[in-house]
Amino acid sequence: MNVEEIGKFFGAFLILTGGIASVISVFGLIRLPDVYTRSHAATKSSTLAVLLSLSGAFLYIFANEQFISVRLLLGIVFVFLTAPVAGHLIVRAAYRSKVKLADISTEDELYDVLHSEKKEKEETDV
Amino acid sequence: MKTNDVILQTTTKLVFFIIFLFSIHIFFAGHYTPGGGFVGGLLTTGAIILLLLAFDLKTVQKALPFNFTIMTGIGLLLALGTASGSIFFNVPFFTHAFDDFTLPLFGVTSLHTAMIFDAGVFLVVVGSAITIIQSIGGDS
Repeated sequence: MNVEEIGKFFGAFLILTGGIASVISVFGLIRLPDVYTRSHAATKSSTLAVLLSLSGAFLYIFANEQFISVRLLLGIVFVFLTAPVAGHLIVRAAYRSKVKLADISTEDELYDVLHSEKKEKEETDV
Repeated sequence: MKTNDVILQTTTKLVFFIIFLFSIHIFFAGHYTPGGGFVGGLLTTGAIILLLLAFDLKTVQKALPFNFTIMTGIGLLLALGTASGSIFFNVPFFTHAFDDFTLPLFGVTSLHTAMIFDAGVFLVVVGSAITIIQSIGGDS
């Protein structure tokens, strides 16, 4: 096996790992009870899946054609930056529109903070 | 209650430049690889829309003090001027000229007048799309 073959093998291996990670992410999306845990599964592991697939494609193209694809590198940086922020915003919007937590959850500290602020504001308005 | 948008705004400040530089790259790469004025213009529009999502209309108007309606007009003028410039050299309408120039940093580069036409398309796309978004989003 020469260097080119090894690079191609690792690229294909990374893409396979990314595919497995994305399947696991989908299982989390189906199986978990409420929107917060689902978003936890969707954000973290599918970001990892996309990053692995893109790195694999980058490595494969580099080994196969000796071409450094700057667009793929930029895509990796971009997804790594934006996917967590998107997950954060979705969960935040869900929490502020009062989506219920799963029944098994025991604590909700943020609820008191948001709720009491609202109460104080209503009192000052009156 | 004042909402706290620190995460979205900080990420936007960083990501805007990535999208904008990529749109410039797409615009200049349009002659030899996929891309061009339309895609580049839409990417720039996307970057500005991201700014509009993270901040409000007035802040973005202050940060980018362009009149986007006039930008559409300038783009149309550029496209029409490039196309009709060929008439003066006794060749058919829309004939484009190109030559190889030696630029200081880039080496030998072939420059086409088709690029100026593409710049017109870019400006028209950005101008009209942002005008649509602004007039839908504005409440006054």
